[in-house]
Amino acid sequence: MKILGFLLLVSGWAITLTAVALLAQDVPRAAFILAGVGVEIVGLVLVIRAHPVRRGEHD
Amino acid sequence: MPASSPTLSDTGAVLCAVLILLVPLAGAGLALINTGLGRSRSAAHMMTASLCVVSVAAIAYCACGFAFQGFAGLPAHVVMIGGKPWSWLGRGPIFMRHMTLGASPASLATLLGMFSAGLAALIPLGAGADRWRLGACSLSTALLAGLTYPLFAHWSWGGGWLAQLGANYGLGQGFVDGGGAGAIQAVGGLTALAMAWILGARRGKYAHDGMPSAIPGHNAVYVVFGCVLALVGWCGLNSAGAILFSGTDAGAVVRVAMNSLLSAASAALTAALVTHTRFGKPDASLTANGWIGGLAASSGACAFALPVEAIAIGIIAGLLVPVAVEWFELRMSVDDPGGSISAHAMGGLWGVLSVGIFASMSPHAIGAAGEPVRAGQWLAQVVGIATLIGFMLPLTYGLNWALDRVYPQRVPAEGERQGMDLYELGAGAYPEFLTHGDEFTER
Repeated sequence: MKILGFLLLVSGWAITLTAVALLAQDVPRAAFILAGVGVEIVGLVLVIRAHPVRRGEHD
Repeated sequence: MPASSPTLSDTGAVLCAVLILLVPLAGAGLALINTGLGRSRSAAHMMTASLCVVSVAAIAYCACGFAFQGFAGLPAHVVMIGGKPWSWLGRGPIFMRHMTLGASPASLATLLGMFSAGLAALIPLGAGADRWRLGACSLSTALLAGLTYPLFAHWSWGGGWLAQLGANYGLGQGFVDGGGAGAIQAVGGLTALAMAWILGARRGKYAHDGMPSAIPGHNAVYVVFGCVLALVGWCGLNSAGAILFSGTDAGAVVRVAMNSLLSAASAALTAALVTHTRFGKPDASLTANGWIGGLAASSGACAFALPVEAIAIGIIAGLLVPVAVEWFELRMSVDDPGGSISAHAMGGLWGVLSVGIFASMSPHAIGAAGEPVRAGQWLAQVVGIATLIGFMLPLTYGLNWALDRVYPQRVPAEGERQGMDLYELGAGAYPEFLTHGDEFTER
């Protein structure tokens, strides 16, 4: 789940970059940039959920 | 953001140099805060580690950091995408060879970058307190100061693709981050998050049912004095950054320093009120974290925000930091003794976003009537945030994870039991506090 989360983080960034590079109109560009941020948030949630499993690992 | 190098008068260059020389005080402040919020048996280790990471950062930045960061107008690796230039990486010589170091803007940016890399490297130390080995944090700092920090600094300060979003794609002035809310605070704070995940929690921090126990800092005086030192350093950092990277004139220093103070002050008071409301009394460590969060947030918009806007930025940072500290500790099981993630990552990201929200004037028109910021500034800032979370966090996590495979970063259990001072340094910070049993035996 952690790897998937990090992949989603990078994918969200790629969507953002692609939107900046390919879309010229303001509204679609803003929508896709925000969609990329949304994908990143999903990835961040997955990474966060993957880490509490390690809680107490060193106890 | 200007694609070409800014020009400075002699007076402006001298002022800028003096401001840059204040920046190490911010590092001293952070070192004291990290030490005070950690355990007494790791205090000497934390101060030594602070000295070591600042040293490693300076050498790594000299070796390859500035070569990767570059400066507006200097050579860079550029890729053409859709007919637009995307500058990805500086192309300077390693060890700053062939570079004339004087009063030029590029030279001043080099000095500021060297201090800033050290400042960014001190941030993860707070999250790894009481369990991060000295050698490991030095190696991790080499990765930060030699690669991750310069990479984002090139994109935002060195004429990189983020800075050029305005010129190439019409997104406001491009990504604006005069004092390093993104390049220093968020990059350092996200590295702190990666390190907290990689190192895991301190022994005894979490019970088996997941409930955290309080491990209070050992010296609140260090923490509060560190906050005062940090203010002086931040005023220098924000002012010098505004002159070198946002194109403001030297006369804007008063405004920048005032905004930095107002943001920190309102953030600390808000954090004190929040903790008073929640716990019945204001909490010293969270109030100090609020102060630092306000300073981190001020680094974004300090060059061109109005004083009332700086207060608003600070109030939101002061609300954000205590909530984030509790959220990271309770909900995410992230053990961050120094509050580095909440103060620097959350404060820095908010500072980046605040530029898009509160930018009432062009950063190039400070002191003048000011032209309205072009539409799309907020979008440029969102792209910067997306880059920090979507690229810099995985990059710094991956690099430190790989380092951990080769060179374990966490001290063994015996080291935590003894304390980092005795285990790694062989002597404690407060030897006179030790109770020697033989002094109390009857003779």
